[in-house]
Amino acid sequence: MTAILTNLFDGVAYGMLLFVLACGLAVTLGLMNFVNLAHGAFAMAGGYVCMVLVNRMGWPFFAALPLAFVSSAAIGIALERTLYRHLYTRSHLDQVLFTIGLSFMSVAAVDYIQGSSRVFINLPAALQGQFDLFGVGIGRYRLMIIVICGLLTIGLQMVLAKTRFGSRLRAAVDDPRAASGLGINVPQVFAFTFAFGCGLAGLGGALSAEILGLDPYFPLKFMIYFLIVVTVGGSSSITGPFLASLLLGIGDVAGKYYVPKMGPFVIYTMMIVILIWRPNGLFGRTAAR
Amino acid sequence: MSAASDVGYHAQRQARWHYGEIAFWLIVLACGFVFPSRYLIMTDILRLALFTMSLDLILGYAGIVSLGHAAFFGVGAYAAGLLALHGIVTEPVLALVVAGLAAMVLGFATSFLVIRGVDLTRLMVTLGIALLLEALAERFSNITGGTDGLQGIEMQPIFGEIPFDMFGKAGFFYSLAVLFVLFLFARRVVHSPFGLSLRAIKNNPLRAAAIGIPVNRRLIAIYTLAAFYAGIAGALFTQTTAIASLDVFAFERSADLMLVLVIGGTGYLYGGLIGAVVFRMLQELFSTITPQYWQFWIGLVLVVIVLVGRQRLHRWVLYVPNLIIRQVAGRKAVVAVPESDA
Repeated sequence: MTAILTNLFDGVAYGMLLFVLACGLAVTLGLMNFVNLAHGAFAMAGGYVCMVLVNRMGWPFFAALPLAFVSSAAIGIALERTLYRHLYTRSHLDQVLFTIGLSFMSVAAVDYIQGSSRVFINLPAALQGQFDLFGVGIGRYRLMIIVICGLLTIGLQMVLAKTRFGSRLRAAVDDPRAASGLGINVPQVFAFTFAFGCGLAGLGGALSAEILGLDPYFPLKFMIYFLIVVTVGGSSSITGPFLASLLLGIGDVAGKYYVPKMGPFVIYTMMIVILIWRPNGLFGRTAAR
Repeated sequence: MSAASDVGYHAQRQARWHYGEIAFWLIVLACGFVFPSRYLIMTDILRLALFTMSLDLILGYAGIVSLGHAAFFGVGAYAAGLLALHGIVTEPVLALVVAGLAAMVLGFATSFLVIRGVDLTRLMVTLGIALLLEALAERFSNITGGTDGLQGIEMQPIFGEIPFDMFGKAGFFYSLAVLFVLFLFARRVVHSPFGLSLRAIKNNPLRAAAIGIPVNRRLIAIYTLAAFYAGIAGALFTQTTAIASLDVFAFERSADLMLVLVIGGTGYLYGGLIGAVVFRMLQELFSTITPQYWQFWIGLVLVVIVLVGRQRLHRWVLYVPNLIIRQVAGRKAVVAVPESDA
């Protein structure tokens, strides 16, 4: 029983992490209908920034996290303004080729700068180890991830639903032409959202170094996971991807624990079945308009 | 002239063999005699060309974007490897066909998944299938050899007559023959009414359905055929290198394949062949500059191609040949990128 609960806890932490990593992609892919396979590269950038700050320059871990966010967001906005925005109207094939190219470049560049081996971020002692709660082993680090990601999720939902920016974004996504007719600066809204999504990915990358492992192949290794979250979760709201990430996280952890030999088999099968059953995602309306 | 016969006239004219095409194949054949020390790399290019042609069939003609075409390549590769290793079918040509058929069965089975949904779903499903197969191959390592791959494959002579030699000469001409035969067939297919209906589907599926083309059945047919081609390419890989390992399913293989096709251009079959040559040359060039980081430059090439625009790029490349043709022959250019890309 306790083993089940511990697995559930780990799965939730993993799922939350996936959500933070992938929710930027939910916006670009789901809402802006742009296939961004290079999303993992932004996450990796954040992870490496955090690693350099903590390990080489001795910053405290919690001070480095916001900087991981900021640096990924900065890279994101730079690329959005210079490259990505030319491709919004192109075919999916062009977008796929372009972003695969970017991922390849990021992999080789990080390999060149930091070497190809897996890196670890030195964690403060307070985050290491685990404690028992009614006999359920709870890892401190995973608890922190759940807290941070949970707060972020609530915050995002509030921003989207309650603020002026949220309504602008939703309007821009629903009908860009009508929205710009109403005086909403659509490209700006998209650019800001894109940057914010990249920032979140960067933060997720920094947090995930401990759990998912951080090496130059991160963008290619986890690309499929991000895509699963978005396609399965659909894009009508933030809840869809959130539930999808939790499902994926719990499913993956449980799959690895109970049927270790089947490995990633469970996840891929689940994804294909869901996509065949509901081509527009479990919780969503159509992504392509 | 009525519209129908007009279309037929143009289709027939396009289907005729040009001098350029004959010259192209003669040059390819000549390469086999001119560069006897380069058989291995040239065989590699031929294999890649065949594999790319397979993607061209579904992407360039039917407009299906696939991120997991390596699935069929891998199935073909393992099928050929297992057939040879366990001595089930020892004659290479026969084994090649059997391996291709194995991939074809998989292609037929998965085509039903692929034709559902829009571009994005297709991307995901094709990618998922390739990853699934990779996971399966790793799981059943007692059959596939796991991460070590299949080892100790010994190929029997072709038709029981021509043995594979260590310089790869037999392998090269064998691959060339296979490629040429399959090319002829593909050429016949894409210029047939069936091929024309595929183009109609690519341009506008709804309209194609409205004029009575059974869209889904045509897509299933071409997807299955493309899987057969990819399986043959995979089987050639195993037969000429005598290894099959897990990386035949790798995502990078599918991604590289897209790059090859994009370099060469989609929708005229030669794209795969030209792209394969250019891609391998680029790869050679980059790995002499930076041995470990050639992937960076490959990525850069992709980014630049997309940003410049594939159409424009092909116009630039064809500018000089067309100029020469105009000057020499005094007529309009015959070399052109035939269709808008997917």
